Amino acid sequence: MITAGVDVGAKYAKIVLLENGKTVMTRVNSTVGFDLLKSANTVFKKALTKANLERDQITQVVATGMGRKTIHKKPPINTQEIIPEVIADAKGAYHLIPTVKTVIDVGAEEGRGVKVAEDGKVRDFVINERCAAGAGTFIETMARALEVGVKDMGPLALKSTNAIPMNAQCCVFAESEVVGLIHSKVSKQDIAKAIHDAMAGRIASMVLRVGVEKDVALIGGVARNPGFLPPLRKELNTEILVPEYPEYVGALGAALLAFEMEGKK
Amino acid sequence: MTEQSEEFWRWREYRHTDPDKDWHDAKIVTAGVDIGSVGSKAVVTLDGELYAYSVMRTGGVSEETAIEAMNRALEGTGLKTDNVHYVVGTGYGRVNVPFAKRTITEIACHARGAHYIYGPTVRTVLDIGGQDCKAIRCDEKGKVMSFLMNDKCAAGTGRGLEVFADLIRVPIEKLGKTSLNVEEEPPPVSNTCVIFAKAESVALLRQGWLKEKVAAAYHLAMVNRIVDLLTRVGIEKDFVVTGGVAKNTGIIFRLEKSLGIRPLEPKLDPILAGAIGAALFAKALYEKQIGLR
Repeated sequence: MITAGVDVGAKYAKIVLLENGKTVMTRVNSTVGFDLLKSANTVFKKALTKANLERDQITQVVATGMGRKTIHKKPPINTQEIIPEVIADAKGAYHLIPTVKTVIDVGAEEGRGVKVAEDGKVRDFVINERCAAGAGTFIETMARALEVGVKDMGPLALKSTNAIPMNAQCCVFAESEVVGLIHSKVSKQDIAKAIHDAMAGRIASMVLRVGVEKDVALIGGVARNPGFLPPLRKELNTEILVPEYPEYVGALGAALLAFEMEGKK
Repeated sequence: MTEQSEEFWRWREYRHTDPDKDWHDAKIVTAGVDIGSVGSKAVVTLDGELYAYSVMRTGGVSEETAIEAMNRALEGTGLKTDNVHYVVGTGYGRVNVPFAKRTITEIACHARGAHYIYGPTVRTVLDIGGQDCKAIRCDEKGKVMSFLMNDKCAAGTGRGLEVFADLIRVPIEKLGKTSLNVEEEPPPVSNTCVIFAKAESVALLRQGWLKEKVAAAYHLAMVNRIVDLLTRVGIEKDFVVTGGVAKNTGIIFRLEKSLGIRPLEPKLDPILAGAIGAALFAKALYEKQIGLR
């Protein structure tokens, strides 16, 4: 049996096709335009083509992510169920790391901390969906101010060993602060590190509100940023595991839940 | 200059002298210099009455801005900074006013200045500046009773409006009026984060919304956020708005609609409130110094 999980995020739509609730057949992503339904359909079609499948060969589709409600039950995907991100995050992370107790998901526009129970269900969670300074957008905005590519930000930060404090807690104010730092001849690598340190500090204080218990997993697109992990480890004073495809964990969780739902029928 | 490089956030700088007053007749000449994060204001008062002022953008070096603002305020009057008996510095950059004898927080100065501009009936002052927003409760003497402020986040501040002016390419001074040019109020964009509000605005523009309508959604979001702050401090009549954003009619109109309270009409430029308050505190301090109080 093949199930699918679709995660329609703020920046990317991700899809995972899963065989028998175990093996991932296909992972595909695509950027999200302002038409969420169209973006989701595009990524779904891409996945079908890649796996050489037809829609009716997929038994069950579950969607998650901020755009899940927009696409729900609409053809051609016809999602049967939608679930909140935190449930999908916990499910996907638990599947990959059965010892996981805390999941930190940092996406483009949201940050989440999820406490996971012994059985992979959500015990508690905390979300920031109100402030760009606690999500991937922060690093993106700062990259623009620094005139550095987003993907180069992490590696650049890793070159620095200096700790420069950033005072601004707001993306907009931080932009001015970064410009100020450039003018006072602080090196780009030091500024890049300061940016990652500041963001790690904010994510850590959010996650600490639900408590941190080992094992800790970092997922979401920002988990791909090598500059973010060291300061987050330092802030939380713990080892942090990053799965191989961190941005697909939510979609994987949705596909797993789709499989479970089918089994209960 | 190509159209692309226009800076829509850039507002006009200005100065003024009261032609009916002569500083030679004054017993006490004091000044207040308000170095804000975006705008700097210098005010000269003669025996506690407004005489001359200047408004300019804050430069990279606050000390230089303070000197320049003061020079501009005194321009053409024949007065020199040395002739001013007492100067008080206020605002975000208040410690960088080299010729100030004292610094006083902008909260106290805005309440005192609002009392001067609007009279003793003022009980709630909303100051919306370049990078912060303050809701201040005061008594009949212009003394601060309590206040709340947001200085951590650009949402609900002038900076948020600057970002939006650049986005829709409308000069900041015309932004408020533009936002009122709609038949019906659209639903607001995100009021918690300027970055998200901007992203939503871009999406709305792409969907074909007119810039007036998007401006209305943006202003409404900002007003909702400011109203939250006001509600938390508790709003009591009379209510007034000071700071640069007080000039934005789109904000003022929606504040009135949301609160059901009409802000008093300013008799003077409301951006000056902080500097006027500082100049009046300077007068009191000078009187104390020479033994008049």
